[in-house]
Amino acid sequence: MKAAIVVFPGSNRELDAKVALAKAIGSEPIMVWHRDTELPKVDLVLVPGGFSYGDYLRTGAIAAHSPVLREVKARAEKGMAVIGICNGFQIITEAGMLPGVLLRNSHLKFVCRNVHLKVATTQNMFTQRYTKDQVLSVPVAHHDGNYFVDEKGLGEIEANDQVAFRYCAPDGTVAMEHNPNGSLRNIAGIFNRTKNVLGMMPHPENAIDPLQGSTDGFALFQGMVEALS
Amino acid sequence: MKARVHVTLKNGVLDPQGRAIAHALGTLGFDGVKDVRQGKFIELDLGETDKAKAKAAVDQMCAKLLANTVIENYTIDLVD
Repeated sequence: MKAAIVVFPGSNRELDAKVALAKAIGSEPIMVWHRDTELPKVDLVLVPGGFSYGDYLRTGAIAAHSPVLREVKARAEKGMAVIGICNGFQIITEAGMLPGVLLRNSHLKFVCRNVHLKVATTQNMFTQRYTKDQVLSVPVAHHDGNYFVDEKGLGEIEANDQVAFRYCAPDGTVAMEHNPNGSLRNIAGIFNRTKNVLGMMPHPENAIDPLQGSTDGFALFQGMVEALS
Repeated sequence: MKARVHVTLKNGVLDPQGRAIAHALGTLGFDGVKDVRQGKFIELDLGETDKAKAKAAVDQMCAKLLANTVIENYTIDLVD
């Protein structure tokens, strides 16, 4: 299985993502610079976190229109797997690969801490290693993670089982007080309709080693590698 | 020709920054501010001299990049 990580000016979690993917795959992923129009033939593209283009205009908006992202989008439409984490989620959402948008956190503060996530579904290549309703401990670090979509879009996402993760209490209770950013229905991550694209605000790549305080994120990488190998 | 673009949040989209501004105005003693909505102002200097063509081009720019139409509206004013 081959994976690539797309790097923009301002990306800052690409090396964390590289370590996580390499650990799961057993070989190094290919790093692709944003100006490259030729994307190598890979099974998975990861769009990492950071502050691409300094978050100018809107978070992810400029990166979403870069040549390499156009190619990522075209391949995703043909079925290639794509995961966008944090700023990567913002970028692929701005690119129209996922419904909705990430707004400024409702409390207006940057939030950087561990949160609990409830696995909403396992019927896909990304979360198949987890069990439904399993509670994970994974960090978040963002200023614009407040997921919003109009009522019609929200209905479709829920009806099609497109919610991947929701913010929750350590016991799995999903309530507003466990929501770090004000996102609709505590949504922390969503799939596209065909479930080959996942976007999520939390950082599973920063929960893969006991030294990081949690290894709950690693099964996500293992699941993807298993499904795509 | 210049194009002046205003990008504003749609009704119903929460604007926490606007709310924080309203709160700050209240603490400064400016009473009677019922609501604040914050937006963006973007000025484009265009080479195009035909107004209709300029308007059509800027409309495309707004739809593609300057605004996210999931949450934002935009208005375009052309100035000679």
